[in-house]
Amino acid sequence: MNLGRYILQKTGWYLVALVAAVGLNFLLPRLVPGNPVDVIVSNLTRGGSITGEQQQQIYETYVAEFGLDKPLWEQFFTYLGKVFTGDLGTSFANYPASVNDLVGQALPWSVAVQLPAILIGWVLGNLVGAIAAFRGGNWDRSVFTSSLFLSSMPYYCLSILLLYVLAVVAGVFPVGGAYSLGLTPELSAEFLWDAVSYYWLPFLSLVIVFIGGQAVGMRSMAIYELGGDYVNYARAMGIRDNTITKYIFRNAMLPQITGLALSIGTLVGGALITELVFNYPGVGTLLFNAISQNDYPVIQAITLIITVAVLLANFAVEIVYGFVDPRIRAAKSGEK
Amino acid sequence: MSTPNAPVTDEKSAPRSNPFRSFNFSTRFWVSLVIVVAVVVLGLAGFLYPTGSGEKVGSLYDAPGGGLPLGTDNFGHDVLAVLMAGTRTSLIIGLVAGTIATAIGVAVGLVAGFVGGWLEEVLMGITNVVLAIPSIIVLILISISLPQSSIWSLAVVIGITAWPWTARAVRAQASSVATREHIDVARLSGARLPSILLVDVLPYILSYAVMAFVLQVSGAILAESALSMLGLGPSGTDSLGTQLHWALAFQAVATGAWWAFLPPTIVLTLVSFGFLLLQASLDEVFNPRLRRGKKKQMKQAAARRAKEAAALAAGEQAPAAGADPRPVPTSAGGAA
Repeated sequence: MNLGRYILQKTGWYLVALVAAVGLNFLLPRLVPGNPVDVIVSNLTRGGSITGEQQQQIYETYVAEFGLDKPLWEQFFTYLGKVFTGDLGTSFANYPASVNDLVGQALPWSVAVQLPAILIGWVLGNLVGAIAAFRGGNWDRSVFTSSLFLSSMPYYCLSILLLYVLAVVAGVFPVGGAYSLGLTPELSAEFLWDAVSYYWLPFLSLVIVFIGGQAVGMRSMAIYELGGDYVNYARAMGIRDNTITKYIFRNAMLPQITGLALSIGTLVGGALITELVFNYPGVGTLLFNAISQNDYPVIQAITLIITVAVLLANFAVEIVYGFVDPRIRAAKSGEK
Repeated sequence: MSTPNAPVTDEKSAPRSNPFRSFNFSTRFWVSLVIVVAVVVLGLAGFLYPTGSGEKVGSLYDAPGGGLPLGTDNFGHDVLAVLMAGTRTSLIIGLVAGTIATAIGVAVGLVAGFVGGWLEEVLMGITNVVLAIPSIIVLILISISLPQSSIWSLAVVIGITAWPWTARAVRAQASSVATREHIDVARLSGARLPSILLVDVLPYILSYAVMAFVLQVSGAILAESALSMLGLGPSGTDSLGTQLHWALAFQAVATGAWWAFLPPTIVLTLVSFGFLLLQASLDEVFNPRLRRGKKKQMKQAAARRAKEAAALAAGEQAPAAGADPRPVPTSAGGAA
């Protein structure tokens, strides 16, 4: 299979996944027994914070927005049309606010924490794993066990421990939040300096777990490659260790690229709750508040954005994989 | 070699007949087993503990002491009692969801890998699509659509979203088993497809299925706690996740009430670490290539092989089972 067909096939599969994800996103909240609007409005009024007039407004907006009186397939296309024009709807809980604004405020915080965590964690994790495999012995055993421990630790458990030990007990970092009270988000040196001190804890708790996970994967791949016939052959030919190491590293690296694609989804999911622990004003905290207020448009918008982001990231990784690994292109079918 | 065609029955009386030698359990295995058993005992201890998890025995965050080994939580409940009940709930969810996910995954993978053709294309297409969508997102969407969540509904939901990676891995193994000769023999002797799958293919995959099950159980426990922390947990039941949810909601970390949040954090970490370690050590048992750094055992094995060779060469029967199985190094006989 040549590269063009490989890319085409991948694109096809990811389009199917995208349609499935959007479909789920559309369909599932509509499976609430009875009329979803009734359930939502009665849930909202149970809190007592919403007046009758607001309730009526919300009711009408929701019915109009999703066209609940129309057949399901027409609703789906209305929904698709709105999503593709970038209109995510109106929030229930913060009624006049549009979902776009709410998500727009939260998204930069999440991206700022997660993107560097993924990149730095991936590079460092692979280095640590490869070194552990080459060195062997006690070094390997200690690195492997601690990496396994760190990677198996749920993101939020490490977050809670870090928050308690470093912020509450030691007082090195501020406890929760993203910037000091009294400041407003702006692009000034003072604000950025302040925000960085709040940034460390969520960043660390994501990156440490990620390093552990990548290191475990890289170690077992490198050990597997160390036993390969080409390694024995290279040794017999008298090729120097450094050169062999390079061969092994390149071969062991390949599955790690797919590993990256798979772990992005987990990391993003874990980051949702990490933000919650640190009270960081990102997408996770927004999602938590939306769930507690039954704010369906916000929940749907966030799940949609995360799904699309993860699918795009996975797609990018798979395309890169196709370029890097010639065997994928040579194989009869790359999908399996 | 005087008897190259030694009768098969001789194998039984060979020194290797000690069945536990071939398992070669590592320290890692025993450590992980102790952790897992300790968590299960903690969950079961709730039946013997005098205080119920719903009993109000104090006020908000009473410090440990005075008959309450871990103090009280935000509701004034005994943290230890809640922890025991929560561990039990989480274990039940983990076992049920893990069983469902492993069953679906093995079934899909087995059929896809063995039968092949268009069925394989369709099943693996579905699997890859589900795999690409982050499972936490699907979990959130299903959970908000359910009117009320119990531990059973949660377990089923987690189970039916967690199977794809198991299916993918099982498919790869099943399609390699499908090309072996004993499958042809089974076909020729008139066995039907279900019988071939269960009798001739499944046993080869069983070791992998056991490892996948171990990972699925811990994955389900973590998924439950992630959902609970987002506020989508089982209503009216204590689980490790809901315990953390309330501890975070009532600012236990910031106020330094460590007894309210550290116990569930530690148990969750132990659960995921213990199960992952168990899986890794089972992997080493089943896949000898991953074993390393056991010079003592390798020497013993070499000595044992040397002795076997010597025994064969002398044409005499090896000592019967029950005799001292430890190898006696001999100089006679070449290296096996």
